[in-house]
Formats: sequence, C-alpha cells, structure tokens
Amino acid sequence: MIADRINAVTRRIPPWPLYLIAVLPPVWLLYQGLTGGLGVEPIRALEHELGQLALKLLIAGLCITPLRRFAGVNLMRYRRAVGLIAFFYVVLHLLVWLVLDVQIPSQIWADILKRPYITVGMGAFALLIPLAVTSNNMSIRKLGGRTWRKLHRLAYGAALLGGLHFVMLVKGFQIEPLIYMGVVLVLLVLRLPFQRAPFMRASG
Amino acid sequence: GLAVAGLAGRAQAADGLTPNSWEEITNYNNYYEFGTGKEDPARYAGDLTIAPWSVQIDGMVDRPGAYGLDDILSKMTIEERIYRFRCVEAWSMVVPWSGFELADLLEMAGVQSGATHVAFETVLRPDEMPGVSRNVLEWPYVEGLRLDEAMHPLTIMATGIYGRDIPRQNGAPLRLVVPWKYGYKSIKSVVRVTLTDKEPPTSWNKANAREYGFYSNVNPAVDHPRWSQATEREIGGGLFAKRKPTLVFNGYDEVASLYEGMDLTVNH
Repeated sequence: MIADRINAVTRRIPPWPLYLIAVLPPVWLLYQGLTGGLGVEPIRALEHELGQLALKLLIAGLCITPLRRFAGVNLMRYRRAVGLIAFFYVVLHLLVWLVLDVQIPSQIWADILKRPYITVGMGAFALLIPLAVTSNNMSIRKLGGRTWRKLHRLAYGAALLGGLHFVMLVKGFQIEPLIYMGVVLVLLVLRLPFQRAPFMRASG
Repeated sequence: GLAVAGLAGRAQAADGLTPNSWEEITNYNNYYEFGTGKEDPARYAGDLTIAPWSVQIDGMVDRPGAYGLDDILSKMTIEERIYRFRCVEAWSMVVPWSGFELADLLEMAGVQSGATHVAFETVLRPDEMPGVSRNVLEWPYVEGLRLDEAMHPLTIMATGIYGRDIPRQNGAPLRLVVPWKYGYKSIKSVVRVTLTDKEPPTSWNKANAREYGFYSNVNPAVDHPRWSQATEREIGGGLFAKRKPTLVFNGYDEVASLYEGMDLTVNH
C-alpha cells in the first residue's frame, strides 16, 4: 500500500531539517524584494506572500490528523514543526505589516481596533501564541496530554480566523480566498464527532 | 530616451513632480478584466485589439454616433499632463500622460442643455480578456462623472504615456484621467460615452456602495472602511519606502469649488 510505503520512508526522516528548509522561503522573498523580483511595490507583495505561506502551513497542519485517520498516512512526527513554522511565518507577516507597511506606531493600534480584517488577523495570531509556547515535550508533560490536546484545538480557531482575514481583505468578488476558506471548513468538518465511528479503518 | 528625459525635466520644473518610470507605470496596474494581480494586466492584455477603435457617443448630445478614434484625434489637441495618480488602495504614482481635454470631446458631440452627468463604459471582449470569466465585478466596467467634473480642464482623455502610445495594460487606446479622484474613476479603454440627466451607475459603487461612493474624491480625512486613506506609498520606493501624507483632492485644490456646500464624508 502507498500509505505503508510513505510511512516507511517518513520513519527514517526526522523532522528537524524542516526547520532549516523553512528559513529559505523568507530569505528568498527578502532577496527578491531587494532586487526587484517582487515587482515595483515589494512591501505589499512580501506581506501577502508571507501571509499566504502561513495560511498554507496552518492548513497543512490541519491535514495531518485526517490523513492518518482516513488514508493511513502517518505524518504525526512533523506536525509540531509544521505548526511552529506556520507561527514563524505569521510573525514575519506581522513584522512586515508593522515595520514596512504601516510604519506609524500610533496607527497600528487604531488599525487593530478599527479595521475588522486586521482585528480578525490579530485574533488568529493571538490564538497561535499559546500553541507556539507549548509546542515542546516539557509543556505536554506539564499540562498532561488531555489538557494539551484541548489547548491545541485553538489551531482550529486560528485557521478559521486566518482564512476569514484573507476573505475580508480582497476587493470585489474573488475566488482564491474562498477556496482557502472552503478547505479550512472541510478540514474542520472532518473533525466533528459524528465522523468518527463510520470511518474507522478495518486494516488498523 | 531624449524625449523621456526632457519630459521628466519639464515635469519637475512645472510643479516638483518626478514621474515614475515607464517600467513602474506599466507593470503595476489594476485592470481586473485581465486578472486581479497587479502584474496580470501587463502579462495578459497583449491580445486586446485596439485598432480599429471607435467610441459611441450618445444620449443627450446633438451629434450622436460612433466616432472613429483617428477621426477624434484629428480634431483634438494632444498635450502632456504630468499628474499624481492615487489609487484607493493607498498607493500612488506620478504619470506623464498625453491626451486631450474631455471637454473638447464633449463639445465635439454637442452637449444638450438638460444633461447633468456623463457615463463611460470599458470595452468588453471575453475572448481577449481572461479576467472577465470571473465575476469579480459586473462587466462591462462602467464609470461616471458629474458634467461639471467632466468639463473641468484637469479632466483628460489620455492616449499616451511618456509620449508613447498608451499600453494596453494602462487602458489603450483611450482612457479617462481624473487626477483628483481615486484611480478606479479613471476608466480604461473607453468605448462609450453617454450624456444623461441622472447620476449613472458606477462599477465599484455597484459592488460595494459602503466602500466606494460615486464621487470618490481623494480625501485623507475619509477612510476606506477597511483601511486608512491618510497616507499613501509611492510606487518605486523599494522595500523601505516611507509613507507620505495624502493630499485633499490629491493636491488639486482648484477643484474644491465644484463641491462647495457638499458634505464630502456623506458624498464620498
């Protein structure tokens, strides 16, 4: 089975190289921004690229459990890395917004309160902070598995708010952010309790 | 080369404006008929047929009809106008347009006395415009001005940039330029001009009236509901470009008298 073959390969590949690879896209984007590769308005381009990368990784993180449950593909050992890298990209996205885009400190707080899509984006960021802080073995031991798992359901809220943030910021009726939102919603529906029993895999 | 340098030099002498480069002006465009990405128009507008071109001028005019572009141009005086261009998305450029005053075009057709507004329409060719397969907006793109705005000497129909023919992504072969209004009012690739006695529908207003009013005058005091309009970023400043304050009427104070007594927050 393909799933078994994937599992055999991933058993041999540790998650740590992901952290190194994750540094490459932002470095590449920054280089592109400095050398004209992001077009004539690189600030907005950099901001959007980082935001989309973060959203893609939040979605990738949400795929890991359904992949195991429904396809038997076990990528569990990479989930922490995917989540932390998503958080890393969200922080960079936020920094570009603060430092390069808005620039005016007094306007930042006003924007967070006044502009719903920014409020929603900040909400997603706030939900991710406790997750990033507790994405280590010590926190799991301290909190206990049950509490830790409950806490990490905040990832669902973060993905929802992240998708909504994207939907709310575009002009006109645009399909791309709705596709992201749709994928997030499907991944969350797959987690509803009624899904569990009928989909139990026979092959174990 | 020479013409471009000369033009830029004159621009600075005139009112301290330094035009953006050809590269910047022609690679950062909102022309959703070719896609919503800023570089989509430069990438996908190449197939748009711009010759022959004619403009239907109708409604409350003495001489309605389909006017061929060459015919129009033979009667117009082309001059260079270096204008600030402020997008509703809070970025801006300086563009050395060439073109003629819209008033001259309207006078050619003969505006009838009851007319109060002018409606404009962009060409709609699904075969040549990949973006219109998506309903980002209702097509064709339409815009409108009050007659006094349309007749104002600052209002031009542009046919060129830097003395060259205007590229397709910038609205070839003929587009409106109203420098004191947000960029989306300056409708591109115009095929129809209609004189009317009612305020005409406008595309962004139809899509979201709360965010985009009929007037759409550049106004740092009236924020877009989703972002501030107090400042803008000039295209071309790179990764560390500083924002600069946005000017009332985009710096064209001479139009203020058109709006005397009007509440510009309500009529945004």
